[in-house]
Amino acid sequence: MVAPVTARTLAYGVAAGTPDPEIPTLTIEDLGILRGVDYSPGRGIVVTITPTYSGCPAMREIAADVQARLNRAGFERVTVATQLAPPWTTDWITPEGRRKLAAVGIAPPPEARASGAPRRGPVPLTLGRAPSARCPRCGSPDTRLTAQFSATACKSLHRCNACGEPFEGVKAL
Amino acid sequence: MSTPEGDFGDNPYDLLAEDHDEGHRWAFGTGFTDPLEGVDTSVPDGLDPGALVRFCLALGDDALIYSHRLQQWVTRLPELEEETAVANIALDLLGQARLLLARAGGIVGQTEDQLAFFREEKEFRNVRLAEHADRDFAELVVRLLAFSTWRLALFERLAGAEGAPGTGDPVLAAIAAKGVNELAYHRDYAAGWVVRLGDGTALSHEKTQAALDTLWPLTGELFRPDPDAVAIAPDVTGASAAFDAVLDTVLATAGLDRPAAVPLAPVDGRAGRDGVHTEAMGYILAEFQSVARVYPDATW
Repeated sequence: MVAPVTARTLAYGVAAGTPDPEIPTLTIEDLGILRGVDYSPGRGIVVTITPTYSGCPAMREIAADVQARLNRAGFERVTVATQLAPPWTTDWITPEGRRKLAAVGIAPPPEARASGAPRRGPVPLTLGRAPSARCPRCGSPDTRLTAQFSATACKSLHRCNACGEPFEGVKAL
Repeated sequence: MSTPEGDFGDNPYDLLAEDHDEGHRWAFGTGFTDPLEGVDTSVPDGLDPGALVRFCLALGDDALIYSHRLQQWVTRLPELEEETAVANIALDLLGQARLLLARAGGIVGQTEDQLAFFREEKEFRNVRLAEHADRDFAELVVRLLAFSTWRLALFERLAGAEGAPGTGDPVLAAIAAKGVNELAYHRDYAAGWVVRLGDGTALSHEKTQAALDTLWPLTGELFRPDPDAVAIAPDVTGASAAFDAVLDTVLATAGLDRPAAVPLAPVDGRAGRDGVHTEAMGYILAEFQSVARVYPDATW
């Protein structure tokens, strides 16, 4: 068996390459779903992942995929653990993840808030005033939200006023 | 050591089939694992485990039963955008229900499936608002506004946001903190529709006011004193004022009148939290639990 530090580093690389089941060009590392990889001689490899949404149906698939990848890479004892706190936020999507989202036509979420900035006011109701997203096709900022929910829990639907194309966006969480 | 990349097909779902080769009935989603896998689920000292179980069941049952009601709307909604919205909201609530039932079940030695599919009606602790059958889209959005506003106010207090003490149970606090972000979207969606319908045509206004009048008596139960809730998170009593503030804002924007309806009375002092439900509940469970009860050995 390789030395622990090396094993952890190798295992991290294998786990980090796991594709997201819904957007396979992005990895769980790009999306901030992978929270950590630890190694101990007693427990083997422990991969910690966090759900994007409480009901995210991809968690099971991701866990199975991480487990299988590590097994095939030679790690026999692998545990995939869930972490709930702190809750996942779109601020954890990496710059590489944002670039890949835009490349497949999905608008990345709004830029991360400054640390410590409040997420919402005391009555956080937008009552129809929607956050804007930049069109991933033509780049125009002149777009409108057509639906706050889309084909997966983490996305919303938009239409570009400049080029007329509909597109999906990852909504801020 | 070779990299594993080349060993995989394009479809990560294929992997699910691999760990079900023992003759189990296989279906998509088979092999759900404990949603709290790897989370420290010990009950902190000083916290009453019985109260924690009852409170988690109550919050879990609210989400489970209401999620089922919302799922019944799917394929019946007026537009595709509403289909995806209601389906996503139902999915979020189902996820919250799984986490909460797993939290309660872990303490009493039962799985989330045992709690969801093999309890009797009188053991379910959801409020009666959750089991109501919406008769039209106006009732759907008004009920969603009331439910999500109330639940968001509760979850904010459980999560301990903005310096509030929150709950003494870190697992429940974490579940609530995740739920807060989801519920804020649900409430915003519902509020947007209530304003659009209330401030829309004469007919949409009339139907939305009628929905509000129908559902308002069911909101009284949301704020009945709950000793289990107070034992786990003393701050939850403040949810009532938060609910009123948000509803008043939305109704004023929508041009709707807050009904002066009398709350639906408890039965002999007992209501949803005590296992006393409306007639609708039996029909929900008959549908919801039927497959699990006919095929108790099925693997999901």
